[in-house]
Amino acid sequence: MSAHTAVLTQSMDEWQLPDKGKVGMICLIVAEAAIFIIFVLAYIFYLGKSLSGPTPAEVLKLPVLGTVCLLSSSLTVHFAVTALERNAARLSSLWLALTVLLGGIFLADTAVEWHELIYEHGLTIRTNLFGTTFYSLVGLHASHVIVGLGMLSLALLFAVAGKLNSSHAHRLNVLSYYWHFVDAVWVVVFIVVYVLGR
Amino acid sequence: MPPQTAGAMTSDSPPSHPKLWLDAVNEWFTTVDHKRIGMLYIGYALVFLLIAGLEAVVMRIQLAVPNNHFVSPQVFNRMFTMHGTTMVFFVGMPILFGFGNYLIPLMIGARDMAFPRLNAFSFWISAFGGLLLYFSFIGGDGLYGAGTAPDVGWFAYAPLTAKLFSPGHSTDYWILGVFLSGIGSVGTALNIVTTIVCMRCKGMTMARMPLLPWLYLVTSAMVFIAIGPLTAAQMMLGFDRFLGAHFFDVQAGGSAVLWMHFFWIFGHPEVYILVLPAFAFANEIIPVFSRKPIFGYSAMVGATVLIGFISLGVWAHHMFTVGLGPAGNTFFTLATMIISVPTGIKIFNWLATLWGGKIRFATPMIFSIAFLFQFLIAGLTGIMLSAAPFDWQLGNSYFVVAHFHYVLVGAILYMIFAAFYYWFPKMSGRMLSETLGKWHFWLFTIGFHLTFDFMHVPGLMGMPRRIYTYEADRGWAAWNMIESIGMIFQAAAILIFVWNVVRSYRHGEEAGPDPWDAWTLEWSTASPPPHYNFAEEPVVHSRRPLWDLKHPQAPDSDYE
Amino acid sequence: MSFALFLALHDMDDMPAGHAMTEMQTHESWWRRAIQWVTDLFSTPTSIFSPQATPAHTIFSLSMLVLAITLAIFLAVAGLMLYAIIRFRHRAGDSNADPTQVYGSNQIEVLWTVIPILILVVLFLSTARVISVTEQARKPANALDVVVIGHQYWWEYSYPALGVVTANELHLPASDPKAPTPTYMTMSSADVDHSFWVPNLAGKMDLIPNKVNVMWIDPHKPGLYLGQCAQYCGTQHAKMLIRVYVDSPADFAKWIAHQKMAAENDPAAAEGRLAFEHTACVNCHTVTGTSAKGRFGPDLTHLASRDTIASGAIRNTPQNLRQWLDDPNSMKPGSLMPKMNLSSHELDAITAYMVSLR
Repeated sequence: MSAHTAVLTQSMDEWQLPDKGKVGMICLIVAEAAIFIIFVLAYIFYLGKSLSGPTPAEVLKLPVLGTVCLLSSSLTVHFAVTALERNAARLSSLWLALTVLLGGIFLADTAVEWHELIYEHGLTIRTNLFGTTFYSLVGLHASHVIVGLGMLSLALLFAVAGKLNSSHAHRLNVLSYYWHFVDAVWVVVFIVVYVLGR
Repeated sequence: MPPQTAGAMTSDSPPSHPKLWLDAVNEWFTTVDHKRIGMLYIGYALVFLLIAGLEAVVMRIQLAVPNNHFVSPQVFNRMFTMHGTTMVFFVGMPILFGFGNYLIPLMIGARDMAFPRLNAFSFWISAFGGLLLYFSFIGGDGLYGAGTAPDVGWFAYAPLTAKLFSPGHSTDYWILGVFLSGIGSVGTALNIVTTIVCMRCKGMTMARMPLLPWLYLVTSAMVFIAIGPLTAAQMMLGFDRFLGAHFFDVQAGGSAVLWMHFFWIFGHPEVYILVLPAFAFANEIIPVFSRKPIFGYSAMVGATVLIGFISLGVWAHHMFTVGLGPAGNTFFTLATMIISVPTGIKIFNWLATLWGGKIRFATPMIFSIAFLFQFLIAGLTGIMLSAAPFDWQLGNSYFVVAHFHYVLVGAILYMIFAAFYYWFPKMSGRMLSETLGKWHFWLFTIGFHLTFDFMHVPGLMGMPRRIYTYEADRGWAAWNMIESIGMIFQAAAILIFVWNVVRSYRHGEEAGPDPWDAWTLEWSTASPPPHYNFAEEPVVHSRRPLWDLKHPQAPDSDYE
Repeated sequence: MSFALFLALHDMDDMPAGHAMTEMQTHESWWRRAIQWVTDLFSTPTSIFSPQATPAHTIFSLSMLVLAITLAIFLAVAGLMLYAIIRFRHRAGDSNADPTQVYGSNQIEVLWTVIPILILVVLFLSTARVISVTEQARKPANALDVVVIGHQYWWEYSYPALGVVTANELHLPASDPKAPTPTYMTMSSADVDHSFWVPNLAGKMDLIPNKVNVMWIDPHKPGLYLGQCAQYCGTQHAKMLIRVYVDSPADFAKWIAHQKMAAENDPAAAEGRLAFEHTACVNCHTVTGTSAKGRFGPDLTHLASRDTIASGAIRNTPQNLRQWLDDPNSMKPGSLMPKMNLSSHELDAITAYMVSLR
């Protein structure tokens, strides 16, 4: 409870409590993390238990392009925030646009991968346990990427329309927390599915 | 603060224009005021309490005699499923979050919750979930005319919930209704945590916060960690049923036990999520009516946090008969026994609060005292069940049903009643009738003990749960009849309670801001509080700001 | 009390408490008499307090210890609560001044943390021992193996080593404590979760599809023991009853020998047998020595040798059989056996055939 100690050492005049947006977003992240952890656990539990059909080693390839893009987008969104804090709105829009682009490439990469898996390897959610757990986990993550991209695009729209300034920086920062979470989940998914699981 | 005219719910409107009822409805539908939302939650939960209570009445009539034909097995199975699901998700959660919503900002000197619109959204989505669940009675038929309301039990074990064994849409309504309520719960919990961490009034360090917000803080943290697994499991079940996935498809190598793990990783913390708010009420009410502060504030906080943590690690005591193996059974026995230590500490602290006090037996207090005895018993039967071999006999029997009803009704519902009698004056400006309150208490307590004390016996005699009837030669008939008679008393008591609420809302004795001579910030506002709660942000110097004001010669701040 | 504890712990390996009571003892200790009183009160057919086999005995001993401890805690704490609300109530003549405000006491709080922990240590160690003794018992060489498969809503029993398959009524040999012949049951399910619970004999164990569980029973007294499914499995969960016949070793051998025989071919029931073999019955049921080899429903080879049909729910009389064959759902609504739409004449014939399957 760092809020507790921070508050105890301050006098009445400097009554400063943590920022609502950040705390709220952290709560949301914890709740979402709980959901993801269960899907990851199911994935790990069912590794090697499929009765038939394609196995991870047979059909999965490291999604290098998508991963690099997604993880870089964490950097770009961070720069977008710091730019907006300095009131450099145009620079911020540029970084935001880059973030959305990189996120979009990640989604496209996933789409290409899934197309291949479905049409060339015959792996769908109903094929076997691997298919079930793979599409659920990666799909759940992708859906969060889509939501995040939607919010970032909205922010980009506002930025491009010249409506953003440094007073909005803290909201963009809260949004960036969500985006960093989405990236962190991808790191876990990448390691569990594409590295350890194969 | 100028005193409010009693019964005036909307303090801002000019008194000379009566509201059109449409305007009033619109206000309630679009409100983002935490007090209104709290009352919406409570009202909604009361309606579902009556409905789920009716479901219990149907079951008790069916079980009163062996081989009864009051309802068919299909109907009975829907009754126990809906009764359990409704009571947990559409009575327990809403009513406890309703009280939290109402009280937390007031107790910490804030004007509203951190995210008022999220607050409203959380309520309406939960409410819609409940309506969706009950729509299943009409809409559950699906293509094959099979199923109406869900009949798979409130924990919906796989693979009974697979499309193969549950055709039609009844299970889907279970999934969707509960899923939506989960979203609402997470939203409210998010609001509670953010409000408590970020919006306390000046001087209210965490160590000076009343225990009610503390316990709701821990409860909400548990919601984040526990609801996720349920949501995830329901998504998986939905994928199985609609997309042909195999999460719990045993034919494809899926595991029925995995559902159990995921469900109980949610399910066990869930019961603590339900009970901690009840403890929160006890922490506020027992001191006021003993006329002493709570004994061992820090220990209470510590014990609560400990309970929160440990409760995340005991889930498989619901699975002792599943074949976890001796290591698993031993571990979960140990963890479950350990959780009894902080829980016991709480009971002892309440006892020590009573000790040396000057106890006044107003209705909130008699419910709280009954809570103490009944929670003690519930905890002890819990310890019995924690011993895995004993659970191999008692698990899934009526002994377990008796145990958890002792917690849910004997502890939680009793404290909800206590909270009602204690805070209704604040919410409405009027007192509930003490006479009707005492009738409510005694009738309900007689009924509760008739039903749930004796319910332990058939469990010990081998009666499993979820059976729509039983054989006459098992020796369970007399006990079941007694339990069903007890139900009548409880039903009567509830009706008296509802009548008390309805009548007192308009005709109860005026309450004033502080009818109980209490010590926390909500009692410094008018009854009901104005829309904005506090005209000026309060400044506090101790855990009992009003005690300090009333006793300037011996304020708490000298002793804390 | 500690002596009682010691004896209770000691009891867990050997004779059940019930045994000790029926023999004349030089000193009947009060707590043994108390336990006997509890046992008598609860001596109904499916009571957990009438153990007739290991591990039910072992669990019973542990349960007595647990009950004793929790009762003691209850009396102590509830006693204090009762005292407090009487002694410290606001009496009519009292002043309205608030009493001394006490905020806490470190010593007391430490005390009531440490004492419960000590109680728990005792409780946990006793429990861990029983878990180990039950779940890690070494299987004797001459244990009997039974495979139990749960179905909606009947029990399939087979004795792989003896070549016997039957349904709904389980026969086990009584076991001599000096040379135990326990029964080891390997359990799973063909559809949804079930649970095998015969309280007089043992704790329950779940039958889960795609999972194999093992439990053992060491029954000492011949007799009929009742139980039922203890995990909700669908509409007729309530009528998935269990009947365990513990036979003397001689009777058990006779039963096995009889069950191994192919089905009776009573010429008087020939018409019924013909009808049976030409209807859909054979898709679900097995009658050894005929063309009926279905596995979905119970094995009917020796149906007439059973006391009940429909998994213990209905007495096995020709009248009941006939009604069951006519419309199973009229007697067990939700049963998975469909209405066979047989004519009255066919019903008579097939019933006669079923009755002949001794």
